[in-house]
Amino acid sequence: MSKTGFPAAARRELADAQMRRNVGKATSTIRARRAARVAEVPDWEALRDAGAAIKARAMATLPEQLERLEASVTRAGGQVHWAHDAAECNAIVSGIVRGHGAPEVIKVKSLATDEIGMNDALAKDGVAAIETDLAELINQLGHDTSSHILVPAIHRNRAEIKQLFERTVARGEDLGWEPKALAEAARCHLREKFLSVPVATSGANFAVAETGTIGVVESEGNGRMCLTLPQVLITVMGIEKVLPEWRDLEVFVQLLPRSATGERMNPYTSLWTGVHAGDGPQEFHLVLLDNGRTDVLADEVGRSALHCIRCSACLNSCPVYSRVGGHAYESVYPGPIGAILTPQLRGLENAPTLPYASSLCGACYEFCPVKINIPSVLLHLRGRVVREYKSKRSPEALAMETIGRVFASQGLYERAQKLARLGHGPIMAAALPGWTSMRGLPEVPQQTFREWWRSRPPEPADAAGPAS
Amino acid sequence: MRVALFITCFNDTLFPETGRAVVTLLERLGCEVDFPEAQTCCGQMHVNTGYRERGLALARRFERVFADAEVVVSPSASCVAYLREHGAGLDGRLAELTEFLVDRLGVEDVGATFPHRVALHPTCHSARLMGIGDRPQRLLEHVRGIDLVELDNAAVCCGFGGTFSVKNADTSMAMLSDKLRDVLNSGADVCTAADNSCLLHIGGALRHQRAGVRVMHLAEILAAT
Repeated sequence: MSKTGFPAAARRELADAQMRRNVGKATSTIRARRAARVAEVPDWEALRDAGAAIKARAMATLPEQLERLEASVTRAGGQVHWAHDAAECNAIVSGIVRGHGAPEVIKVKSLATDEIGMNDALAKDGVAAIETDLAELINQLGHDTSSHILVPAIHRNRAEIKQLFERTVARGEDLGWEPKALAEAARCHLREKFLSVPVATSGANFAVAETGTIGVVESEGNGRMCLTLPQVLITVMGIEKVLPEWRDLEVFVQLLPRSATGERMNPYTSLWTGVHAGDGPQEFHLVLLDNGRTDVLADEVGRSALHCIRCSACLNSCPVYSRVGGHAYESVYPGPIGAILTPQLRGLENAPTLPYASSLCGACYEFCPVKINIPSVLLHLRGRVVREYKSKRSPEALAMETIGRVFASQGLYERAQKLARLGHGPIMAAALPGWTSMRGLPEVPQQTFREWWRSRPPEPADAAGPAS
Repeated sequence: MRVALFITCFNDTLFPETGRAVVTLLERLGCEVDFPEAQTCCGQMHVNTGYRERGLALARRFERVFADAEVVVSPSASCVAYLREHGAGLDGRLAELTEFLVDRLGVEDVGATFPHRVALHPTCHSARLMGIGDRPQRLLEHVRGIDLVELDNAAVCCGFGGTFSVKNADTSMAMLSDKLRDVLNSGADVCTAADNSCLLHIGGALRHQRAGVRVMHLAEILAAT
C-alpha cells in the first residue's frame, strides 16, 4: 500500500472516467441480476443464517477441521503441505513444479495465489504461470492487476479488450466487435495450453474436512480444463476455506452463485477427492496457507472477515467501490471485504486508511450471504487504528480529544456553540478541513435550538410556534 | 404524553428550525415537550472515527441525562440507531421521530399541508441501521397538497458518512454527484430526509450549484400548515 493510502489512491482512480463508467455499469448490472435471483429463494434469510453458522463453527474448530481435512485428503491419495506465509507457500509450489521439470503451469483463477504473488515467485524460478480465467488473462496480457474479486477486469470495456487481444493473442488480426469473436481468440490461445502444459495450479472455494473433497466454482469451464487435463494439480487454499461436513456444501452452492454472478447455479462446479487412476491428475497437492489468518482468528470481532466466501456482493453493492473501482484498495481483496481483510492480513499499520474507506452505509452487510457485519468490523478496526497506531498528538487526535471534552460538559458545549457562530472554535475546526468547495457549509444560525427553547414564553405552549 | 426531546448537537447548533418544527408538531399532537438542557452529543462521531472510549462515554452521558424520561424522541435516525447499537437505547424508551408518530401515537396524518414537489432520501442509517421502514413515506403521503416524486437509486448512499466526507472527500463527492443527478432528475423542489446530516451534505452542494432545490428535514414538512 502506498504511503498516502486509500484517499489518494481513490482520488487517482476517480480521475479515470472510462474506468468509472465501466465499473459503474458492470456493478449495477450484476446488482440487478443478483436481486432478481435472490428474490426467487423463499428461505434466503434462513440460508444466510445457516451459512453464517457453518462458517462460525468451522472457524471455532479450525485446528480440528484442518487435521481432519489433511487426513481425508491423504487417505484419498493427495499430499498435504502446510505453509506459514507467502514465501513458504511459493517455495512449496515452485519445488513441486520444478520437480516435474515444467517450464509452464496453467492456473485456475485464484485469489490465494494472487495474495502470495505466486506468478512473480514462479517467474523468478523460471516458470511461467499462465492465467486461464478470461478476465485474469486480460489482466495478464495487459500487465494490469485485478480490480474485482470475481470479475478481475471489470474496469475494462469491450473496446479496450478488443484492442488488447488484437495486439497480443490475435497477433494483429482484426477481431471485430462481437464478444463471441473476442472470446474465440482467447479460447484458441488457451486450448493449446490446456492440452500441452502438464501442471496446473488452483485455489479452492471449499474443502470438505469430512471427505477431503475440494471444490471450485466457475463460469467458463477453463478451470475445469485445468483441473482435469494436466497430470499434476497443486491447490493453494487459505485455511479458512475448510467446511466441516459434506452436507455444508448444500448451503454454499445456493448462496454463492446467486450472490456472486446472479445465477441460480454455477455453470461449472468441480469437486474432486484425491486422485483416481486413469482419470484426471495423477498427482494432487493441497497447500494449506496461513499467511496471517491465524492472527485474524485471534481477533474476536475481526475474525468474522474469515467467513467470506469471495462472492463479491459487497463490492457490487458498495457505493464507494462502484465509484473508485478495485485498484484504489491496492490489494488483491478490494471493496468492503478488502477494507476489513487486507489490514488484518497485512497488519493494520500497513493499511491504516482502509478501515476508513467506507461511509458506513451498511449495504455490504445487507448483501453479504454469510452476514458478515462489515460496518461493525470497520468500526472495530478504526478503534484499533486509533488505539494502537495513531499518535495522541496528531491534529485529529487532539481535535477529537478537545471536542470530546467539550461535549462532556454542558457549559463548554454551549460556549463552543457561540464560537461556532463566529466561525471558529472546536466545532468548526472539526467540520471545516476537507469540506471542500463543492459543498457550501450553511451559515451557523444566529440562535441555537436551546437558545430558542429558553426564549419561549412558559405557557401557553401553542403561543410559540416556529416563525413560518 | 410527556416527551423528552433529544435534539442532537448537530441540529441544536446548525438546524434549530428542525428542532422548532419537532416541538410544534409534537405539541400540536397533544404532547408535552421537555428539553433536558444538559444534553449534548451522543458520541457517534467519535465512535465512527475510531475514538471509541470517548464516544461511548458520551453515550453513557446521554443515558444519564435522559434516565428519568418516559419517552425520548429524536429527529435523527442515525443517532438513534447508533445509541441502540451501543446499548444506550434506554430500554426501548428512545424513539426516532417517525417511529414515535406512527408506532407510539398511532398517527399517520399529522394535519400538515405542504403544496410542493418532494423527493424523500431514505438515508442509509434510517433504512439499514435503524429499520425505519416506510414510516416517512406514510407520513408524507398524508400531507395535504404534497406531490411526492420517485427518487432513482434512492437506497444508494449520498456519500456523507460523517468524517468520511472529510477523510475521503474525493470519493464522497463522487457519490454526492450521482445523488445530486438523481435529485435533480426527480424534478423535486424539496429533498427531505429523516436526518439532517445527509441533508447538510446534499443541501450544501445544491446551494453551491444554485440548483434551485432546497433540503428540509421531514419534521419541517410535517409541522407545516
